[in-house]
Amino acid sequence: MTQRIETDVAIIGAGPIGLFAVFELGLLDLKAHLVDILDRPGGQLTELYPEKPIYDIPGLPIVTGQELAGRLMEQIKPFAPTFHLSQMASSLAKLPDGRWKLTTDADTEIVAPVIVVAAGGGSFVPKRPPIAGIDAYEGESVHYAVRKMDAFRGKNILIAGGGDSALDWTINLAPIANKLTLVHHRDGFRAAQHSVNQMRELAAHGKINFEIASVKALHGEGSALRAVTLSGADKREWEHACDTFIPFFGLTMKLGPIADFGLNLHENLVPVDTEKFESSTRGIFAIGDINTYPGKLKLILSGFHEAALMAQEAFHVCKPNEKLRFQYTTSSSSLQKKLGVA
Amino acid sequence: MKIIAIDRNGAEHIVEGRDGWTLMELLRDAGLPIAAECGGACACATCHVYVEDSWLDKLPPRSDAETDMLDMALAVEPNSRLSCQITAGPELDGIKVTIAPE
Repeated sequence: MTQRIETDVAIIGAGPIGLFAVFELGLLDLKAHLVDILDRPGGQLTELYPEKPIYDIPGLPIVTGQELAGRLMEQIKPFAPTFHLSQMASSLAKLPDGRWKLTTDADTEIVAPVIVVAAGGGSFVPKRPPIAGIDAYEGESVHYAVRKMDAFRGKNILIAGGGDSALDWTINLAPIANKLTLVHHRDGFRAAQHSVNQMRELAAHGKINFEIASVKALHGEGSALRAVTLSGADKREWEHACDTFIPFFGLTMKLGPIADFGLNLHENLVPVDTEKFESSTRGIFAIGDINTYPGKLKLILSGFHEAALMAQEAFHVCKPNEKLRFQYTTSSSSLQKKLGVA
Repeated sequence: MKIIAIDRNGAEHIVEGRDGWTLMELLRDAGLPIAAECGGACACATCHVYVEDSWLDKLPPRSDAETDMLDMALAVEPNSRLSCQITAGPELDGIKVTIAPE
């Protein structure tokens, strides 16, 4: 069912820069909705390096990705942004009244005068193994996620990978599969030890097979998979019968539908000016890793600066007849009221 | 020092090396298509290269973190390495690497 929302600003991407944009917009009384393909806010901070320390955030000598995401969420809490998570921004259209309509793949429609693209390196999407012809099987025999377990009942499943997703789904699908094989290139895993133990237990009892090998080729007719070619450590190759293949190699970033939003792009980045961080299309801004301009540095702190300047112009787009009053949070009681501290 | 890099189309590139830089940084700054999404934090496996066998034993062995992270790389081979974990120096002059498929 379509959900239609009207707001001031729609932000694509809930990474650190999208989150801080909520703060800068909020100080100017602009409300924001955020869309992110991941199931939680934080973007690369929480998806790529939650435990890694960051040393170049002004005023925070050391902070992990996870902590920084948490701090930003705390900082923007007074502005109560709405998150549309696990959704991909899929299309953008200009309405007759001059506003934009951003639609997601979950049929959420956000109507706003301002769009902020804070999409970092693009959408996080599953890595696709470089096996010839794999696309022909996708959606039918090859899956990159398990949405409905029941769809896998009675199947001859091959799972590839050595991380938590590969092991968790091996364990969870084993009872309902007709046959399940886990294939990984080594006898070691980047996963929780108890999952590894559980998988080895299942293998020891013949409930699943574990093969140290990698998938080299797929065989079938149309979108129906019949078998794969596996290659072992000694380069020995053999055919393995299966009708379902689920590779789990984590996520990678792809620009995705933003490429079709009609924006001027340069090598998958959005060129912006350095005064307002606006794209060549009025009302559409780009901040953080997704933009480019002379001297651009892909640093979180640069994205914060870009968010502050973007917000000034976003105010003029949203409220063309109002005068922007520049104030400091240190001294302005009206800003402090918005922040809930006065 | 120099690095010989083979791109995904099989074309050979001679990349100028700099002591102390990682191979990932050198390949990236030479404009080769290496994603290196995490920026060198050993957190994404998108700077995956194959090192020519004759050079393998001149490299420091993989750390546990690199071995684990390679589980998220595609088409891993015995000569797979993450280029962000290899530091350039005179002993690697002429090293030959192939950028892994994405």
